[in-house]
Parts: sequence; C-alpha cells; structure tokens
Amino acid sequence: MTATAPPRPAAPASPPSPPSPGRRVAGRLLRWWRQLTAMRTALILLFLLAVAAIPGSLLPQRSLSRSDVAGYLAEYPTIGPWLDRLYLFDVFSSPWFAAIYLLLFISLIGCVVPRAIEHGRSLFTPPPTAPRHLQRLPESAALSTSLAGPAALDVVEEELRVRRFRVVRREGRSGPEVSAEKGYLRETGNVLFHLSLLALLLGLAGGKLWGYEGSILVTEGQGFCNAFQQYDTHRSGPLVDGEDLSRLCVDLEDFEAVYEENLTAASYTADISWELDGADPVGTTIGVNDPLRVGGDRVYVTGHGFSPVFSIARPDGQTFTDLSAPFLPADLGTMLSQGVLKVPDLGAGSTEQLAIEGFLAPTGVLEAGFLTSINPRPLDPKVGIDVYTGYLGLDSGLPQSVYALDREQIDRGLLNRVARTNLAIGESTTLPDGTVVTFSGLKEFAALQVSHDPGQVWVLGASIAVLVGLLGMLLVRRERVFARSGPAPDGGGTVLSIGSLTRGSADTGPRFTSLTEDVQAALAARADAPASTPAARGHGPAPDEEAPPS
Amino acid sequence: MIDESLAALSDTLFSISVGLYSLAVVAFCAELAFGRSVRGRTEQLVAAGGVPAQPPVDAPAAGEPVEPARARRLGLVAMVLTGLGAVTHAGVLVARGMATDRLPWGNMYEFATAVVLVAVVAYLVLAVRAPSLRHIGVFLLAPVVLSMVLIGLFLYAEAGPLVAALRSSWLAIHVSTATIGFGIFFVSGIASVLYLVRTRRDATVAAGASTGASAAPSLLDRLPTAAALDRTAHRTAVFGFPIWTFAVIAGAIWAESAWGRFWGWDPKETWAFIAWIVYAAYLHARTTAGWRGRPSAWINIVGLVVMIFNLLFVNLVSTGLHSYGGV
Ligand code: HEM
Repeated sequence: MTATAPPRPAAPASPPSPPSPGRRVAGRLLRWWRQLTAMRTALILLFLLAVAAIPGSLLPQRSLSRSDVAGYLAEYPTIGPWLDRLYLFDVFSSPWFAAIYLLLFISLIGCVVPRAIEHGRSLFTPPPTAPRHLQRLPESAALSTSLAGPAALDVVEEELRVRRFRVVRREGRSGPEVSAEKGYLRETGNVLFHLSLLALLLGLAGGKLWGYEGSILVTEGQGFCNAFQQYDTHRSGPLVDGEDLSRLCVDLEDFEAVYEENLTAASYTADISWELDGADPVGTTIGVNDPLRVGGDRVYVTGHGFSPVFSIARPDGQTFTDLSAPFLPADLGTMLSQGVLKVPDLGAGSTEQLAIEGFLAPTGVLEAGFLTSINPRPLDPKVGIDVYTGYLGLDSGLPQSVYALDREQIDRGLLNRVARTNLAIGESTTLPDGTVVTFSGLKEFAALQVSHDPGQVWVLGASIAVLVGLLGMLLVRRERVFARSGPAPDGGGTVLSIGSLTRGSADTGPRFTSLTEDVQAALAARADAPASTPAARGHGPAPDEEAPPS
Repeated sequence: MIDESLAALSDTLFSISVGLYSLAVVAFCAELAFGRSVRGRTEQLVAAGGVPAQPPVDAPAAGEPVEPARARRLGLVAMVLTGLGAVTHAGVLVARGMATDRLPWGNMYEFATAVVLVAVVAYLVLAVRAPSLRHIGVFLLAPVVLSMVLIGLFLYAEAGPLVAALRSSWLAIHVSTATIGFGIFFVSGIASVLYLVRTRRDATVAAGASTGASAAPSLLDRLPTAAALDRTAHRTAVFGFPIWTFAVIAGAIWAESAWGRFWGWDPKETWAFIAWIVYAAYLHARTTAGWRGRPSAWINIVGLVVMIFNLLFVNLVSTGLHSYGGV
C-alpha cells in the first residue's frame, strides 16, 4: 500500500468575466509557482542535479587539479575549448549547476514552508472531521453491536486512547463520530528534513563566500605566517579580505614519516610551534587525520618530501652553504623526487647565475647509469643532477615555476648545462670554471595547508538535523482513524463503521485488524453487562472531552 | 605484523562460502522446480475446496500453488546452506581482521566482500520474517555468487596494513555504515528487478486470461506477489537510506580531518552524492502520482547501478583521493 499525499487544494475557479491583464499575469505567475513547487518538478530537478554532477566526475576539474585540465586541453585542442565554454571543467561552480540547485531549493521552499505552517497549526487543532464514506478508506470495517451509538463510540474512543491517539468526538451530519490521529512526529520530521536541506545549502554557500585555503611547503626549521603572499598557492572566497586573515604563524620543527615493513606509509607527523596574535608560541604535533584547530583555522599536513642541501665553493674562495629547495615526489611509493635549486646570486663580482636540476632518491641505486629509489626512507640519499650556468630569466617579468627551469632560456642558449652527474651525500663535482658543487645533506619538508571555512559547523549541524528529520519521517507512521455510529439497517442495534488511513507504513492491515478485533471484543464485553458498572464508567472517557469549541 | 596463517584461513573460508552459496542456489532452483510441478493439481484442490478468494496480505495469492512438502524441505535446505555460507563469509572478514589486526574493510576486496555479506544477511532476515520472500532466494544468491567470484578474481588483495590516511576511527564509522547501506540497497535493487519481472509476467497472464488462452506456467509464478516485492524494495530502501545518509555525513567529517575539507567533489564524493539523490528520488517517486510502480522501481535499479559504478569505476579507473583501492 503506498502512502498518498493529500491532494493540494484546487485553485479557486476563475471568475466568469474576462480577467484583467494584471490578473492574467498574476494567474500565470501563480500557475508557474504551483508547477515549480509540485513534487513532480522536484523529482525532475533532483534527476537533473544528479545528471549534471556526472561530467564533474568524468572530466578533470579545475577545483581538483588545474594541471589535469591543462593537460586535457592540450590533448584535445578542438573539443576542449568547447567543453570549457560550457563550464565542463568547473561543473560545480558553473551557472547551470547553480541554476538547477537554486530552482530545486526555491521549489523546496515553496513546498515546505506552507507545509510547515500547516503542520504547526495542525499541532494545535484537533484531528479533521471524518470523511463521509468511511468504507472508501484504505482500511475499513463495519461492526454491529447491541449497544447504543454513543456507548459504542465510547468503546472505540477508549481503544484509541490506549493506543495513544489524539481523539475528538463530534456530532457529524450523519451521526456522532470519532476522529483520531497519531504520529505527528512524521510530519515534523518531514518539515525538519526539508528545512535542514535549506540550512545546509546556506552553510555551504557561506563557507564558499568567506572561506579560504592556502598551501605551502615548509622545510624543517622554517615557518610561515597566514598571509596570501606567503603561500605557494591559495584560494579564497569572493568576500574574503586579505587583511582579515587570522594572525597565525607556524614553524615546522621536526617532521617524521613512519613506514611499515612492506613500506606502506603508517604515519606522518609534524612537530610544529604556532602562535596566534603574537601570543607565546605553543608546541604541538599534527599529522594525518589530526590537524591543528585554532581560532577558526585548521592546519593540515597534506604531504611531505625531501629538500637536498648543496654547498657551492667558487674558485675565488667565496662559499655558499645550506642551499636547498624542495624536490617534489614523483613516486609516492619510493619518494623518487624531482626539482630544481636556483641560485640567482653567486656573490659580488659574478653576473652568472646557477641552477641544479634533477632527481633525488632517498635510497638511491644506479641502474645502467640511471638513478632510481628503492625505499621511501632516506637510507642512502643520492641525487642525479644537471648543473646549469647562465641566465635564469627570473626577472624577465614572466612568472615561472619554482620547481622547473625556464626552458626558453636554455633554447635561446642563455642557460647552458655545464655538468651532469650522480652524487651521494658528501660527494661533489667540479664545474669547468672551477666551481665545486657538493651534495651536503638532506632535509625533510612538509606540505602544510591552512583552511578556513566558517560555514562548516553550520553544515554539520544542518546535516545532523537532516538525518534526525529523515529518521522521524521514515520511521514514524501517521495514522488517522475515524468511526461513526448509525442505526442498523434492520432496526436492531447499532452499526459502527471504522476506517483508517495510514501514511508511511506497509503493514497497515494487521494493525487495523487488531484494532477492530479489540473493539469488537470490548463491544461484546460491554453489551453483556448492559448496566455498566461504576468501575467501567470510571475508566471511560468523558464524551465531550476535547471537542472543538464550535 | 601480518599473521600469514590467519590470512590463508580467510582465503580458504572465502572459497568455502562461494561453494556453500552455490549449493544453496542449486537447492533453491530445485525447490522452484518441484514447487512448479504440482501447480495444476493444487489449483484444482483450491477450486474444489472452495477457498474464498480473499487471501490475507502476506499469504500466497489465490491460484498460487500450495507448497508441496518436498519443495518445502528443499527450501529449508537452501536456507540452511545460505545461513552456513553467511557464517563462513563472516569468518572471511573476521580472520582477515585478526590477521591484520585492524578492521577488515581497508581495501576494495574487503569492502566488496563485506557488502555482499550484508546483502546475504539482509536477505536471511527478510526471509525469516516473511517466508513468502524466501522465493527470491535464487535470484538473490545467483548475483551473490557471481559477485563473489568476480571479487575473488579481480579485486583480491593480499592481507596488509592500512595506509596512513585510513588509520582513523572514522574508518570504522564511515566504511561500516557505507557497507551496510550498500548491502541493503543491493537487496532492494534485486527486489525491484524482480518486481519488474513479476509485473510483466502478471500482465502476460492477464492478457492470456482475457483472450481465453492461459499462459504457459512459469517459474516466475513462484515469485512473491508484485505488491510484496514492491513493498520489500521500498522498505529496504527506506531502511538503507538513513544509513547511507549517515555514511555520507561521516565520510564528510572524516574528509575534513584527513584532507582539509569536508566536501571537495572528488569523484567518489560526487558519485556518493548522485546515489543519494537517486535514492531520494526513488522515495519521492513512490509517493508521486504517475511514478508509482514500474517507474519508481526503475529509479531504484538506477540507484543500485550508481552504487556499483561508484565502487568499481571510481576506484579502478578514475584518480582521486579515494583511489587507495589496493587492487
Ligand atoms: C534534495 C532534495 C530532496 C530530498 C533529498 C528529499 C527527500 C525526501 C524524502 C526521503 C522523503 C520521504 C518520502 C517518503 O515518505 O517515503 C520526502 C518526502 C517529501 N518531499 Fe522531499 N526531498 C527533496 C526535495 C524536495 C522538494 C524540492 C520538495 C518540494 C517540491 C519535496 C517535497 C516532499 C514532500 C511533499 C514529501 C512528502 C511525501 C510523503 O510523505 O508522502 N522534497 N522527501
């Protein structure tokens, strides 16, 4: 048996005279509004939303990886730009995705707000009057008894009250009747669920508008403060003012990656010290699944890697030590990493610049002259590097990656490779001009991310409310029972008609049967003792209790 | 530290479960076959006995054969085999968990195995509570056996430790509830498929009756009534939906502490969202005029397809944060 939503009240019939233009427009708007807030429309919008989300998972998305999108555009130069024009690389921030969910939520408002108001009212009004034909309800029965009509209804009322129904007695057009209802929490749950969906959307939107996120690679011993200029990459909502960022500074003291025997990464932990608003620094340890939460910001460890350390000794005696740059892991299993160290300033008297580009293997082995790594732990670090001298192009005005060389300078012959070598820690290579480059050590860096999302607590609260409402809506059933007494057609005794209407449950049959059986038994018991004993009266409800005022 | 002997025991139990389920399929088939052979006779009996054509809700509809004893015995054997299979199947996971000293749903092999177990248990519960639903057994266990074989062949992963991101108590909460939700949706989806089959069969029979030619008897007549199947599909979906909702919320909470945002439209998240929307649409469709019956059954089936797609495609093909898959 399916639950049936009660029909909406039909629109009032339009007056016979031709409506004025204003009325016609109003009528059309009203019709559109009705259509938009119909359940069928909501159903179609729900489907559209699901379908619209699909390309977001099949095509690369800028929100997840800009480089994947760039790669896709390069690979499919003809259709790529078209897909881009349709926002298919930014599905979840595209106007058409927004259009669908905004329509859905307008529909939701139009559907739920009136329902909520009506439900609020129904909590304080007695159950509705009985329908004229009880036999047309999904469950119904007719019982005959020798009791008089009001006494028979007393019995029904008693049975219903025992079952925790809210009961009301009325004098109906076709005889005295009983209306009873229970399960108001179902509708409460429904209203809560749908309203919480709205709250959830507001929380999401708020988070997007006022939230931000910044990522930075920090080598052990270094630190950063929460400012967009400091981050390697950042993203911020349109209403975020760079001045408003919390004054949080973080220093990375120590980083540790722990591995299982089979080299599965078991944990990453970073010992950091942080300070907020210039207060005293506080030391703490953060790790995967365990961020720092402070002042509305969260600080995460999102990755790690190694920075090789080099020292450079110029032939004129100047030395530069402790030069390092993060090399990004190319293979998370072995931590073979790739990067470049750019040294734009080689001291007074030198116009030349230098760069060391190549691979770093935490546990390196040479296979046919190629460097590979066989273990993610720094057991035997080696680098395989090319050394360049010349012009790096850093001041050319074009932004360049800190993890790669500007190929254009090499193609133009302004930057030349002067050495290619593999070095273990402590080893060095001598360039043609006499400069000595030494691979002197290894530092660990952590990828840290600072996130700020003022909406997320809202979203959490709303989603818990969604769940609670859902449970109420799905687990509680709303039942209405109506009964009416009338004279038996053959003149002897009374016929008691009972009907019930249930929403939200499959098995209405057995419970209705048990109700009618109990009523039948009680009727029989009462009829056997016609001069009802005082005790029985005492338990019986007063007939007019809770009757409506009018 | 992996206990190799327990890990090997787990693998053996896996094969035993597949064997027991296969035997159960055979027994269910035999039950159906024997149930059918007496159809004509029972119909005559019913007619002769003058049984009123007003069956109680869950009893077989008028004209449905009364079960002969042999069929009932076979059905019982099938149920016992299924139950034993479920026990060894649970043993697969328990032994894995003990071998690796962690919850046994850290990779796709373990997760998929657990989902199938939930589906079998959900079926057993249904069949014990409403015996007429037992007859969907073969239609449920056949896909179960198929899934187990495919899981064993393509998703198998050696017992091993978890990657760092999975070492969280949210693994217990999020993945367990996702597994339960998925397993229940599995049963629900099968019930909807059978509902479609049954309504088509009923239409054929009705068409035959109206032209006077009676349709050839079929095993499909042994299925529960269309109404009972629809009710089963709906009830299981109603049971699974809050669990799935909770799983998604718990996943978002976990993502917030592991990845720095509670929702990022990662492919897995996107498909979890799509599945949620589809099941919400199913629940709505059931109460929307014009969508009841077959259209809403189709939506439920789409929901199951989305769930399976999310497990297989997203873990195996696309790359996202969730692709620890371990296959
Ligand atoms: C994301 C969007 C939505 C979700 C997930 C959702 C979910 C649900 C669920 C699970 C039910 C319970 C169905 C049942 O009783 O079996 C329900 C009922 C209902 N929903 Fe929604 N809903 C959504 C949007 C809407 C919208 C936009 C409307 C307005 C047009 C709407 C109107 C209703 C109504 C009227 C019911 C009551 C059906 C009944 O109890 O018979 N819903 N909703």
